[in-house]
Amino acid sequence: MTTFYILVGYLALLIGLGLLSSRFFKGTSADFFVVSRSVGSFLLLMSIFGTTMTGFAIVGSTAKSYTNGIGVYGLMASWSGLIHSAVFFAVGIKLWAVGKRYGYVTQCEYFRARFESDRIGYILFPILVLLVIPYLLVGVIAAGKFIQPTTAGLFPEAFPLPNLPNGDPHPLSGGIPPALGGGVICLIVLCYVFFGGLRGAVWANTFQTIVFMGTGVIAFFMISKNLGGLKEASEAVAASEFGSERLGREGMIGKMQFLSYCFIPLSVGMFPHLFQHWLTAKSAKSFKLTVVAFPLFIMIVWLPCVLIGIWAAGYLGPLDPGQSANAVLGRMIGQLVQSPVLTGLVGAGVLAAIMSSLDSQFMCLGTMFTTDVVMKKYGKDRFSDRQKIWIARGFILLIVGGTYGLALVLQDSTHVFDLGVWCFSGFAGLFPLVLASVYWKRVTLAGAYACILATAVTWGILFYQDILAVKPEGAGDEELLVFGMMPVATITVISTVALVLVSLLTKKPSGAIIRKFFVK
Amino acid sequence: MNFKIAIAVFFVFVILHHDVWNWDDRSLWFGFLPVGLGYHVVYSIAVGVFWYLVNRFAWPHATEAWAEGGAEE
Repeated sequence: MTTFYILVGYLALLIGLGLLSSRFFKGTSADFFVVSRSVGSFLLLMSIFGTTMTGFAIVGSTAKSYTNGIGVYGLMASWSGLIHSAVFFAVGIKLWAVGKRYGYVTQCEYFRARFESDRIGYILFPILVLLVIPYLLVGVIAAGKFIQPTTAGLFPEAFPLPNLPNGDPHPLSGGIPPALGGGVICLIVLCYVFFGGLRGAVWANTFQTIVFMGTGVIAFFMISKNLGGLKEASEAVAASEFGSERLGREGMIGKMQFLSYCFIPLSVGMFPHLFQHWLTAKSAKSFKLTVVAFPLFIMIVWLPCVLIGIWAAGYLGPLDPGQSANAVLGRMIGQLVQSPVLTGLVGAGVLAAIMSSLDSQFMCLGTMFTTDVVMKKYGKDRFSDRQKIWIARGFILLIVGGTYGLALVLQDSTHVFDLGVWCFSGFAGLFPLVLASVYWKRVTLAGAYACILATAVTWGILFYQDILAVKPEGAGDEELLVFGMMPVATITVISTVALVLVSLLTKKPSGAIIRKFFVK
Repeated sequence: MNFKIAIAVFFVFVILHHDVWNWDDRSLWFGFLPVGLGYHVVYSIAVGVFWYLVNRFAWPHATEAWAEGGAEE
């Protein structure tokens, strides 16, 4: 039960933190939505990092490096270190400045003003919401599915499962079912976001980031110690037939695929929840620490996980049929460390990574519905600050309930996790729109529409080919590649070409709009 | 160092990311760190240093001042 108590203690601390943050709440809508634009360097770094890293950064990175070897670090971690910081510096600071000067709270508000069109807001709103929802679903389902094996055997009478067909006991029997685990996670996130608004999310994210960074490093040292040390662990991989391949990239990852992963991190430029976090910054200087520390923080999280993944390839060998690579981290801890304390700490770390993304996404959808739908329709002055906050809380409640309901329906669907990558691809396809809006005076409303349309059509065609189309018999589960590259490369290139061509072919924006949005 | 130099160095980093020369090298640095992984760890640290220098020498002071200037419709 030690593991369970650690998880419960961690979740209780989060609720306490949420309630504490609500005591600092100033009662205004600006405080609820953007923390009165008062967040300093450290909290901005921790909240943005926590929001960007999901459970994949711990469990998925270990699994993927077990499967594809060390190249996974270059694919995801070092590309993200370079590109994320570039987006924060080049786009984040600009959007913060525009938001601060004109009081924007959501992306749609900004794009409506930038392109002098209400319609673009109505078109972007459903696209952004539809791209965030699968991302939310992945988090809720992953949390529920992670809690069940972590608590397996602890509640044999409350949650029994029938024996396997061969008569062996079910390995998940006695574990908290995903429906209950996911529900508890939703309720806890709801609790601190509902009462504390974005301040609750920022404080919780800071705590969660410390937890998941710390637990990953602790797990790394405990596992390496039990493998005989760093040298012995890696030498065992080099000596194993299954593991040695994974020390390089030949045969594991294609060169064009490796290159094209650079497009995925561009998605952060269009994440509505990151837009909202950027607006919380007290000053442009608050971004400095985030821009510098992001590549290093990613390294601190990913390096231990990638090494554990390749050590697992040497130690565990190939998976048996029916085993999942996502269980590799749990198996390494279970077989090598056998410590319920470490299992509990790593469990808390994984939940921290998942929840630190969920809270910001719930919060941003609530903000978008309140600002872009209700206030847009009835006018900003129609409601008092108190009413705006309660409208947002009502939407957050509905979104959490709706997400939980969808998660229950889709929790056994094999395609839900694939949707995560497609969400990132969609946001990355829209990145040229935000980049052009802050740097290119010549971009026009028609160019913006062309970018959105090109993204939607290309995304739709490639998504159909990868997920919906009937595959020929014998086809494996390989990722869809276009000319050896990730589909995101095609989507982003086509959307950029559409934006540039159509902008150049249509009438220049007015001088007033250039003066309003560009620094002289 | 100004913004244009920062952009040029950024693209040098994009090229340096594609370390094809390490592609099938399976040797270990310090006896435990695979070369291809070690290269990208050093790369991550270098990227952190690069962004520190960008903050120091290519900071968007004009944008910062403009943001503090208040709304002008």
